Amino acid sequence: MKVLLVGEYRDGKILPSTYETVAFARKLGAAAALFLVADPSDLPRFAGKLYLAAAQQCGEYNPEGHLALLLQAVQAEEPDFIVFLHSAYGWDLAPRLALALDLPQISEVVALAEGAFVVPACNGKLRRTLRPLGQRAVLTLQSGAFNADGEPAGTPQVAPLTWAGSAVVELVGYEAASRGAVDLSRAEIIVSAGRGIGKPENLALIEGLATVLGGEVGASRPVVDAGWAPHERQVGSTGQTVAPKLYIACGISGAVQHLAGMKKSGFVVAINTDGDAPIGEVADVLVVADLKQFVPLLTGKLGGV
Amino acid sequence: MKILVCIKQVPDLESRFKIAASGTWYAAEDLAWRLNEYDEYAVEEAVRLREASGEGELVVLSLGPERAGEAIRKALAMGADRGVHLLDPLSHDKDPRQIAGAIAEYARGEKFDVIFTGLQSQDRGSAQVGLLLAGLLALPAVTTIVAFSHEAGLVTVRRELEGGARAVVKVRLPALFTCQLGLNTPRYPTLPNIMKAKKKEVRTIAVTDLPQVAALVRTEKLAFPDKRGAGVVLEGATSEVADRLIAILKEKTTVLK
Repeated sequence: MKVLLVGEYRDGKILPSTYETVAFARKLGAAAALFLVADPSDLPRFAGKLYLAAAQQCGEYNPEGHLALLLQAVQAEEPDFIVFLHSAYGWDLAPRLALALDLPQISEVVALAEGAFVVPACNGKLRRTLRPLGQRAVLTLQSGAFNADGEPAGTPQVAPLTWAGSAVVELVGYEAASRGAVDLSRAEIIVSAGRGIGKPENLALIEGLATVLGGEVGASRPVVDAGWAPHERQVGSTGQTVAPKLYIACGISGAVQHLAGMKKSGFVVAINTDGDAPIGEVADVLVVADLKQFVPLLTGKLGGV
Repeated sequence: MKILVCIKQVPDLESRFKIAASGTWYAAEDLAWRLNEYDEYAVEEAVRLREASGEGELVVLSLGPERAGEAIRKALAMGADRGVHLLDPLSHDKDPRQIAGAIAEYARGEKFDVIFTGLQSQDRGSAQVGLLLAGLLALPAVTTIVAFSHEAGLVTVRRELEGGARAVVKVRLPALFTCQLGLNTPRYPTLPNIMKAKKKEVRTIAVTDLPQVAALVRTEKLAFPDKRGAGVVLEGATSEVADRLIAILKEKTTVLK
């Protein structure tokens, strides 16, 4: 079995997520080649063939250009599976390739199932097993589902690719994430508020618990999107990645993007009215209760300790 | 300007799901249904563009069973001009290529200047249909937008990247955009607009009347994930539960002083 892995490069750097595709190929037991649009003077650590185009020439985000290059690599390699990360780069490029090759795509693979692939459904509450019809498919992998075992190593054999076209979509530049004075990645205790707080006034309950514990307040994406908390408090794949000793998730269902940002926490307590919420999968203690009643109760007891 | 926004009706994710007898999808009974959250942002952005451009029209399209009409009415109440319902009682069995294929059959002749979709649906989450639709219509597409501005046929968007960084991207119309959460603040339909929406045109087209697209993926199974198992479950907002939690934290963590 042969796979073509699609690596990621942004703002002058090869992203470490590239090595998750390598770990997936190993798990699949497949021979792997890597495709990358990057700086040719900074090669990835990879033992195998590397189809490499210069980012200086065709741009870091240029979907038509990257698709044309990828089609060259697919033609040369004839892989059974073309593997992306399920990321802002991968989910943008994978369906374009699937359509161009008339192949099935299976998105956000979390596990293998005897030739089929397991993906989440309903925000992680359910799992679907999907089988591509035919021998070949495009896959995107859930971030963190296939972790690299050990440091990546090796020197690739480079097969250079070139593209000569004009970009339809123009990348003007990048804007850094807004980071205030809050660095949640160093916090030992984080108490996070989710949609379950119901209204912005209830954020005070979360702040109260964080204060008695001497911790920081975090927030899930819906709370930030609603403007109830600033982005610098957001925990998740598009916010901050945290690893506190204690993480208390209040009214957070546990969307994949949120779990990606907090699953390295030492001890996780979830307070949620929905006992089936996916946060329960990563919680050491799940308190099935309304946070509006339970959090003040807990805060009062801790304050009196 | 002629604008299309594609929407999907999904179950409320707080619902208690049951697996359907088929074993490949959830049971549709006893679920509350709503407009896919990503699509709320898509509809809002489409309505804002429609209002700013003054002329033209905004068409809202949904592929789904009879009840998907409720989602179309909501988008009409938010400000869309007319609706198209691609009626498919079996939409839950269709793969992304089949869904995009059916929408493309409708949209091809309409020559839309702008198409908005959600980044993904909350129940399937494939994040494919928008891009496949753009590809089938030979339109440029930009995904996961969190900001959109338009001037004289040139659109500037911001794409959300991992870690919260954004890429600033420009593209000429016609084009398709998939909308990320937080793109705008979706409006609540007002009562007068809900009443007005009832009178707006909704054209129903049976997908069986459109050219058929073959499936590329088969769903074998839908199941609940294996619970990690080690977790302790405590029930109720009671003093006893709080005491037990504090005892566990004292035993298992070093942070409680």
